[in-house]
Amino acid sequence: MTRYVLTRLLLILPTLVTVAVLIFVIMRVVPGDIVALRLVLGGSYITPGVLEAERARLGLDKPMWAQFVDYLAGLVRLDLGTSMWSGAPVAREIAIRLPLTLQLAVMATLVAVAVAIPLGTLAAVYRGRWIDHAVQVFSVAGLAVPSFWLGILLILFLLTVFHYLPPLTYTPPWVDLRANLAQLVWPALAVGYRYSAVAARMTRSALLDVLREDYVRTAWAKGLERRVILRRHALRNALLPVVTVIGLEFAFLIGGLVVTEQVFNLNGVGKLIVDAISQRDYTLIQGLMLLVASAYILVNFLTDLLYAWLDPRITFG
Amino acid sequence: MSTGRPWRVVRSVGLGWLIGALVLLPALATAQQPRRGGTLVYIVTAEPPSFDGHRETTFAMLHPVKPHYNYLVKFDTQNYPKVVGDLAESWTVSRDGRTYTFKIRQGVRWHDGSPLTARDIKATYDKIIFPKEGVISARQAMYHMVQRVEAPDAQTVVFRLKFASPGFVEKLASPFNFVYKAEILERDPRWYERNIMGTGPFRFVEYVRGSHWVGRRHDEYFKPGLPYLDGFRALFIGSRSAMIAALKSGQALIEFRGVSPAERDDLVRTLGDRIAVQEQPWNCNLIVVFNTRRKPFDDARVRRALTLAVDRWGGSQALSQIALVRPVGAVMRPGSEYAMSQAELMRLAGYGRNITAARQQARQLLREAGVPEGFSFTLKNRNIQMPYEPVGVYLVDQWRQIGLNVRHEQQETARYLADQRAGNYEATVDFACDFIDDPDVQLVKFLSADVSPLNYGGYIDRQLDAWYFRQSRTTDKAERTRIIRQFERRLLDEQAYVMYVLWWWRIIPYWRTLQGYKTTTNHYVEPDLEVYWLSP
Repeated sequence: MTRYVLTRLLLILPTLVTVAVLIFVIMRVVPGDIVALRLVLGGSYITPGVLEAERARLGLDKPMWAQFVDYLAGLVRLDLGTSMWSGAPVAREIAIRLPLTLQLAVMATLVAVAVAIPLGTLAAVYRGRWIDHAVQVFSVAGLAVPSFWLGILLILFLLTVFHYLPPLTYTPPWVDLRANLAQLVWPALAVGYRYSAVAARMTRSALLDVLREDYVRTAWAKGLERRVILRRHALRNALLPVVTVIGLEFAFLIGGLVVTEQVFNLNGVGKLIVDAISQRDYTLIQGLMLLVASAYILVNFLTDLLYAWLDPRITFG
Repeated sequence: MSTGRPWRVVRSVGLGWLIGALVLLPALATAQQPRRGGTLVYIVTAEPPSFDGHRETTFAMLHPVKPHYNYLVKFDTQNYPKVVGDLAESWTVSRDGRTYTFKIRQGVRWHDGSPLTARDIKATYDKIIFPKEGVISARQAMYHMVQRVEAPDAQTVVFRLKFASPGFVEKLASPFNFVYKAEILERDPRWYERNIMGTGPFRFVEYVRGSHWVGRRHDEYFKPGLPYLDGFRALFIGSRSAMIAALKSGQALIEFRGVSPAERDDLVRTLGDRIAVQEQPWNCNLIVVFNTRRKPFDDARVRRALTLAVDRWGGSQALSQIALVRPVGAVMRPGSEYAMSQAELMRLAGYGRNITAARQQARQLLREAGVPEGFSFTLKNRNIQMPYEPVGVYLVDQWRQIGLNVRHEQQETARYLADQRAGNYEATVDFACDFIDDPDVQLVKFLSADVSPLNYGGYIDRQLDAWYFRQSRTTDKAERTRIIRQFERRLLDEQAYVMYVLWWWRIIPYWRTLQGYKTTTNHYVEPDLEVYWLSP
């Protein structure tokens, strides 16, 4: 087990370096110039000398390989550099947004798990009955409706019916839990619904597969209670693919809630990624992509560890 | 008796009016009397890249940062474009128009308590006009006429010019020209990029990136009784739907840039008489630039045909219903000091009322230039909905009516700008916004490509260059207007290097609780938080 964990941790390094190289190259191939965007857009009369001076200040006048060496040297020192747009350290830019994004991801995951696993189980147990059909409708609707659109509907509903709009600025939970939840509960519901639809379908199909297994039939034959069969023998094994889906969705939420964040005006990582890309803020994009890649790697790693806990047959060698 | 009755009626009616007036007058007086207190919450739709007004060009910096600073002179937002002294008590201009002497107010204190002197003003304008190495000054070129800035004593600042320049005081009043502290600039000329230290009506409290900016009243402010507000809170909201929702809910009272007609109607429908709307012509325009380095756009006949085909008057009527564009004009904003009259405009290609005749002429010009029926080209545009998209679609339709087949390519802003600057386009929609209706500022974009980096059309026209520099030094208004007219006719008609489509139209809805607000023709000189107040 320890060896497995160490090997996985060591593999993280080359993966992150590959991500760093890819992002570095891709961003420099894409057309666009942060200096022109910042100083020229809108018709400001800036002399070419001023533009060159600004490029030099940002290190953009150096050859690409030299810029890459600077970037790698920074990474070795655990320094992500400073944002080319704002001049603030990239780590600080991310740190401002990460708590909100993480909290929203956790809340949406809780909503999804709380809804998906009971519904998926009910649908599988009562296959072909009205409950199953109702869960199917719920799931298909959840997959078909984008979470940002549901978010817009929620806002319109709150505004029209209750003349209420969730707070527009983030309050950390340790400062004021009520204000914090008042802001985040709505996007968590909007995102959690789509998320739960995916997980509910997966729970249903995995559980149906497991319920057809011989060991479940044996359990029935032994006269075990349905509750025990379902909880101890069927659901625990059926959860393996569900855990994978939940893990991947969670990692997606770290950087993928771009539109939902805009709809609810959330100061999260997704919005920062879009801003950084549209501003061609190379250093910030690089930092953010490393964060998203790290989130995926970490979540995958934790999912693998969870497998072993859920299924004792799995060993790490 | 019968003759006395009407008098009794008149007397009693008069008495009623008098009593009514006595009761209502104090109430009316109170309603007009600015009230102290409250926090104004407003929306800013983008984030400031830095806090330094001298290096930035965006309203996103001005709207949250401006309340912390004062200017030497500034635009009076209640009577725009009148320029009034801010830190300057008064000023005089020498007879030859080359020396401007400003008297600086006494008793002005920085937010750290130290006194402001003329040295601070000199250091500020030195940074703007003669920036040190490594310091960016976005408007350095605007002050090319300044020879030097002097501060002979603590209360006097003198600007010495190389030549008399009309509109110099208006240029000094740029809303970007925050006055900075000399001592700080000497220590670190880039300190103001990340920090705030002003003399303005509000002190800096907090900035959370991506979220909000907060200021509170500067109690030692040098203007008696001002500001009225206790503080302000600027919310950064990038999404249009979130912005409108914030206004509808009353969590924010105003956004100082502008909304579309549809957004205005939605707000008015929802909020009824709780919201007021002010509308104004906007000092922003949409133009089409033709790439003169590419065939057939190197031919003036083709460019003239393209401008002739566009029905601006009809477009103004139709597009103003759905987009924030309206006024028809040439290079100088319609209604501004140097603008063309409607009669003058109608003599330019593409500005006549008879669009059928104009399109026949356009087809004839295309035939003469050898451009076949169904000729295809691409119009590049920004992928921002308002007002670029509807105007782009309108242009495509107008050109289709003279037998051209135009592809409308909407691009992400960075890509769009990169293509413009690299000349990688056939025709492109371009735009410009400014804080001032000054010919030096509005015309500079159209100088020859080897003179102005803003000329994306790639043409060289020494005649335009000569007229530009001549008008810039002409102090006689009539003569200057005459030169500008020649410039406009050559640019838009004879050579048709570019075509103006429509000027923008500014629509500002705001909650009626906000008092003292008056729109101007641009979104740079606002907000003027010093004079706003909140009614209960």
